[in-house]
Parts: sequence; C-alpha cells; structure tokens
Amino acid sequence: MASDTHYEKYKSDGSIQGNALEWFDARFPATSMWRGHLSEYYAPKNFNFWYFFGSLAMLVLVIQIVTGIFLVMHYKPDASLNANGVPVAFASVEYIMRDVSWGWLIRYMHSTGASAFFIVVYLHMFRGMLYGSYRQPRELIWVFGVMIFLALMAEGFAGYLLPWGQMSYWGAQVILNLFSAIPLIGNDLAIWIRGDFVIGDATLNRMFSFHVIAIPLALLGLVAAHILALHEVGSNNPDGVEIKSKKDEHGIPLDGIPFHPYYSVKDIVGVVVFLMVFSIIVFFAPEGGGYLLEYNNFIPADPMVTPSHIAPVWYFTPYYSLLRAVTYPLFGIDAKFWGVVAMGAGVLIFAFLPWLDRSPVKSIRYRGSIYKTLLTLFVIAFFILGFLGTKSPSYAFFGVIPGAPIAQLLTAYYFLYFLTMPWWSKIDKYKPEPERVTFK
Amino acid sequence: MKANNMKKFLLALLFAPITAFASGATLHLDKAPDVQGDQAALQNGAKTFVNYCLNCHGASYVRYNRLTELGLSEQQVKENLMFTAEKIGEQMRVAARPAEQKQWFGATPPDLSLIARARASEDGSGADWLYTYLRSFYRDDKRPTGWNNTVYENVGMPHILWELQGQQVLNHETHKLELSVPGKLPAAEYDKQVADLVGFLVWMAEPTAGLRKQLGFGVLVFLFILFGVSYALKKEYWKDIK
Amino acid sequence: MSNDCKVDCGRRRLVVATAAVGGVGAVVALVPFLSSMLPSERAKAAGAPVEVDIGALQPGQMMTVEWRGKPVWIINRNKEMLDTLPKLADAVADPKSGEKMQPDYCANDTRSIKPNIMVAVGICTHLGCSPSSKFKPGAEEGMADDWLGGFLCPCHGSKFDFAGRVYKSMPAPTNLEVPPHTYLTDTRILIGEDKKGA
Repeated sequence: MASDTHYEKYKSDGSIQGNALEWFDARFPATSMWRGHLSEYYAPKNFNFWYFFGSLAMLVLVIQIVTGIFLVMHYKPDASLNANGVPVAFASVEYIMRDVSWGWLIRYMHSTGASAFFIVVYLHMFRGMLYGSYRQPRELIWVFGVMIFLALMAEGFAGYLLPWGQMSYWGAQVILNLFSAIPLIGNDLAIWIRGDFVIGDATLNRMFSFHVIAIPLALLGLVAAHILALHEVGSNNPDGVEIKSKKDEHGIPLDGIPFHPYYSVKDIVGVVVFLMVFSIIVFFAPEGGGYLLEYNNFIPADPMVTPSHIAPVWYFTPYYSLLRAVTYPLFGIDAKFWGVVAMGAGVLIFAFLPWLDRSPVKSIRYRGSIYKTLLTLFVIAFFILGFLGTKSPSYAFFGVIPGAPIAQLLTAYYFLYFLTMPWWSKIDKYKPEPERVTFK
Repeated sequence: MKANNMKKFLLALLFAPITAFASGATLHLDKAPDVQGDQAALQNGAKTFVNYCLNCHGASYVRYNRLTELGLSEQQVKENLMFTAEKIGEQMRVAARPAEQKQWFGATPPDLSLIARARASEDGSGADWLYTYLRSFYRDDKRPTGWNNTVYENVGMPHILWELQGQQVLNHETHKLELSVPGKLPAAEYDKQVADLVGFLVWMAEPTAGLRKQLGFGVLVFLFILFGVSYALKKEYWKDIK
Repeated sequence: MSNDCKVDCGRRRLVVATAAVGGVGAVVALVPFLSSMLPSERAKAAGAPVEVDIGALQPGQMMTVEWRGKPVWIINRNKEMLDTLPKLADAVADPKSGEKMQPDYCANDTRSIKPNIMVAVGICTHLGCSPSSKFKPGAEEGMADDWLGGFLCPCHGSKFDFAGRVYKSMPAPTNLEVPPHTYLTDTRILIGEDKKGA
C-alpha cells in the first residue's frame, strides 16, 4: 500500500507556493496519494480497448451525481394530485423538461446516463471475464465490483420510480410484490417495504431517499474500496501475467508504465469517444426507441389501469427473464419465490467466479476452446434472455418458436455455466502464458 | 436516428433474421407527414387544437407564451389562441371541468401535452398513431356517442372533427372505411388539417426538440475537435512506450 | 531542460491545446447547470405584471395585491393624508426620495404618478417584515400623540408615513420601495411594468 512513509514528503524550494505546499503535504498525504495512485502507480503497458470502461464508469458516476444534484433542486417526490389532476412528482419532471432553463438537457443526461452506466459496467465486467481479472490475488476487487453492480441495480430501480409514470408505477408494483413470495414473512415484508398496502406516496418518498442519499453513499464507498483494492494488488492485463514478478533494479515492473501521464492521456481519448456516443443519444435519440425512456412512462401513474405490456427497463431484462423462467413450485413453496431466488442468484453468482474458475491461466488468450465456446454461448444466452425479458411471456420467434421454453433453457445454461465451471475450466486445454506481456 | 441505441443495435446484429419476421405489427398506421420545420403548418395545428381539442383536453404543461416559438407574437397568441386563460404565462388548461367530463364521457379525457410521446409503440411513432386515429372514426350506432374508431376500438371520444371530414362507415367485408357523407373539406385537405394538428401535438410534447438537435450538432463538432487534440496528445506521450 | 525542448515543447503545446479545448468545453457545460438555477418559466409567470382595478378604491382606503409573492399596497390617499406629507419633511430621513427606492417617475413629493394614488411594496426595508397600517392620527391605534398616520413595522418598530418614507433614526435604512407601475386606463394599474409592453 502507498503508505505515507513510503514517499518522501514535499520539500519547498523556498517560494511561497512551495512553502504552502510543504505545509499542506506535511499534514495531508497529498504527495503520497498523487504518486501512489497516479504518477507512480504502475499499470501494465498492454491495456487494450476493454480497459477504458473502468474509468468510463467513474465518469458516468460523476455525470449522474452532478446532474442528479441539479434535478433534485426541482423534482418533488409527491404522489398527490395537483390542481390539474396530475401527480405532483410526474408534473415536476415535466416542469424540469419545460419550465426550468436547460432542465431538459440535465434530465436527458441523467436518464441516458442511467443506461450508459449499465452498458459501461456490463462491458467492464465482461472484460474481467475475458482476461480472468477476478482471479487470485484480485478476488476482493471482483467481489467489491459485484457489490457495486448490486448497488447500481438498486439505484436504477429506485430511480425509475421517481418520474411516477405508468411504467414507474407498475414496474415497482411487480418488483416489490416479489418480496411477498418469501414464505411466512413475505406479505408483511412487502407492506413494510412499500410503507402502504399499495405503491403510494410513502413508497415514492422512501425510494427518493434511497436514490439520492442511501445508495449513492454506499456506491461511493464501494467504488473507493474497489479502487483501493485494485491499487493494492495492481492491475491485471490482457495477457493475465503478473507484471510485478519482473521488476527492474528500482523495483519498478518492467512491463509497467506510470498511470499518469500515460493512461490519463489515453483515458481522455476514451472519454471523448464515449461523450460522442453519449451526446448522440442525448441530443438525437433520448428516448432510445422506447428502451431508455419508455413510452408508457409519458402517462402519469394510474393505480386503476395497468398498461397492456409492462417490461422492466432494458438493463434488468436478463434477470427478469431468469425470474420468469422458473414456473415450478418446489418443496411446497410456490414458483414465484424460486423465481426471485433465481434472479438474485443470477446476480450473486458472479461473486463466486474467483473460486469457480480452476484454469491454470487467466486470460482467454491462453485458454482452450471449451472456455471460448462456453463464454461465447454465455454472452449469447445473456443477450437472448435480455431480449426475451423485454417481450411478453407469450412471445414467439418468427411467430412460431415460443420464447418461454427458450428462456428456460437459457436460464438452465446460465446457471450451469457457473456451476460446472470448476470441472470444465480444469480439463480445458491451455497454452503456456508468456513471461512478459505482449506489446506490439 | 431513433433506432440509434445500443441495445437495439446489438440485438439487431444478433437477431437480424429473426426480428425481421417477429415484429408482427398488430396495427397498420399511416405515416404522419413531418411538419416540424413548417411554422405555418404548426400555427394552423395550434389553431385547430385550441378550437377543437382544448374544449375537453388540457395541455396543462404548456404555457401560452411558449406558442410564440411557433413564430407568433404574444399579441397574436392572446387574440387568436388564448381562450382559457387571462395571462400569457398561464398553462393551456381545459375549458370544461374534469368532474363534468367524467359524467359526460365516463372518463376524464387525457391531458394532451405528452400524447405524441405516450402514443409511440412498436407499431409506429406517436405521430403516426394520432394521424391514423384522427382519420379513422366511423359511424357506429351501438356506441353511446354514435362513433367508433378502427385504431382505438370503442373509444370514449366522439368524432370532434366530423364536420370537416364528413362521416365514414366501416365496410364489414373489406374492413375498410368508406366516406358516406362528405364533410366541409375534401379528403386531401382534411388529411393536411390533421397532419398540421398532429404536428402541433408533436411539437407540444417536446418543444425543445428542435433546439436539442441543433445543439447536438454543435456538441459533436466540438467533441471532434477535442478528439483531434487529445488523440494527438496520447500519440505524443505513447511514443515513449516501447 | 532547454536541451530537451525539441521533444518537450511539442508535448507541452499539445497539453496546453487539450487543456484549452477541454477547458472551454467544461466552462460551456457549466452554463446549462448554472442557468437551471435561475427563475423558471413558472416563477416568471408567477412574477408577471399584475393588473389591478382601483375603480372601487375609496379615498382613505388601502388595498393589497400580490406581485412576485410580495404584498403591494395601493392607497387612495385623501386630502388629510396628503396634507401630512409636507409637515413631515423634517421628520423623515429622505424627504426628497434621493435614494433610488422608486422609479424616476415617482421621485416626487408624493412618491407617486397620480398624487393621491400611492403604490408601494409593503415590505419593511429593514429585515423584510410587512408593516401594519396605522392610519388614524394620534394615540387611537397605540401610537404617540403626535402621530400623523402611516405605517408601523411590528418587528422592529420602524415608522413610515403615507408616502412610505421612513422616519429618522429608525432601524429601516430607506423608504419603502415603489414598484414599477403604469396606468392602463384611469382606473387600471399594471404593477411590475414601466410602460405598456409590446
């Protein structure tokens, strides 16, 4: 760890700024933080495209926090009806969209940012699966990461209720009702979570509290833990070899380069490209074809009328498919409960990857065809599950191949992929890892 | 541009052959002409809106002074369009009272501020739906209002524009609508009138849409410049790494 | 250092260029965020000029209307009230309305457009309480015997006359504010606008 004794304290050159810096650095680990985490944090030099998504996730987090701060200045978590007969919460979102100067831009940045967050995080996780970044000694980084992912899902869910449109309302209705599937305590638990017998003003206000205070705090703490743990053990790389095993006479990894300036200037390019894609969506397709802002959510919440088709917002749909795939009661407990278990397990099972994977190599570059094939199938399964999650359970491909049994089949594959990994990852062929990273 | 979202794009790649067949559209919607760049059309739509729609439907998120963005002066808005408010900064509220309406129609007519966004679906844009809907009323004596609609079956709303369009009947053999009593306007002119009205509804659903797109181009141009310099900077530093 | 300039200078130029372009972007990006804190269209609509009909306002009476969430008094001063004004020239702090607490067209002896009609924001210039009317001269309304009529702020006791002029040695530093206003007709006042808008 970059302990404060490891780096020399800043010595003044006698100038006023120098003296001020010396005074400050003697009382705060400024130099050691700068050097330990940036200018003397040695990252492998062979990072590729996939290594942009960690810093991009940080960027999106900042975008969401800043836009969120400004949205909260105008948004009102209030389910009561205003003089025009519209829920105050819904009207306050339209107020932001129309009456607040530039409110529309801030709101679109926030709504697009939510989806961007999940895209970036999914790609970031996939990077970990490609190159075995979760493997020893980086298990804890990965576990923190899965916790961040969980917090993000909770954040997304709570935030989605706030516009108080039809999809907000009925989505929350369905998901919060899942808690009632838990045997014995389920119904009381669901009522406790809602704070009412139906989704109502109490629910809206507590989701607001979670969304703007509780979960962001947890998220920031987890992100700090994720990065501290990373900087403790050092970054993995596309070759999956440990750069710390080959050091020069100063103890600097031969294949390591200082994060700053090399990766800071590289990440700026990644940030700009990301902002281009982000801007294209914000300015030209903020509704994202009904996937980012769902059409039914332009109708205020109406507890009397359920929209004909409700689906969760896209980033939840793979898990929603897992939930729906379980249709058999087990051990005398009804299927709904096991669906909830499947959905929860579908997320949490990622946390066990470091111990499920028994391959002698980390990176997909040196793995055998079993891993490559099964991982590809896993990604395809994930996409199809996600696609089916946006459709009604009666959806059929070509209008003839029913989607529901396919979702069940893919759900089985999803879990088998993880559960049988200790076996197939061990017997898979592999190529020997190189001594040093490959860098063209 | 609408389809420009990651998910759809990725899915399209994966399921190109599948989704092409699978999107079994349940409704056939006519494509609404895009009149967003045509101020005269939008002004005409605004006029139709306040004369016909605003009696029962509010547009309670839209302030009258916003209509000046359609190229009208405040004075013109006040004199020609503002019947339900006293001040130009007020919202376009409905003339009738919600409770009375519930008695007349069995339901409160929805606020129309956002209708063009809310009516979008896999079948088509909100504009397409509205454009088709407003041209698909037909005479049906079984309905309390005497009207029915092929797009929105058993709709509670009567055909407000019937004097303009005339009366249609549904041919039960061909399932097509036929004009039985001509209205004040020839079919093409009625279609234009509806297109203008729908254009106004689309504008009203997101009055900043025009500015949003213009600004988007500026932002992208800026980002291209930033990309140029930052990429050069990255290249310069990475010369060190061998 | 200067030996390395060939390499370093190019690099430095690029750092400066990137920082400059990025900095411009960051500053421009601040604009929407900071402007979102300005009064919204709703606030502007609520703060729009208010039209008042004073046809029914009898001499000696006062009415209060709301403009931008503040009470605005309209007082139809009768002869007795107007007569108190010159008498108080030595008792008030700013008899000639030297401070810019009124539009120029009201910087006169009566602080009004029409001599009898006084329009003032009913907010004490000390700390923002709304003074109460004490129109009756003398001790009848709990004032001193030599009181000629006017307003008393309940919070810290500032006294004002019928033109909203503050008495000397009061907590309030200046006269009451006269808002911009204009006569649309003889009996209709538009409060909040100097002259009839376009």
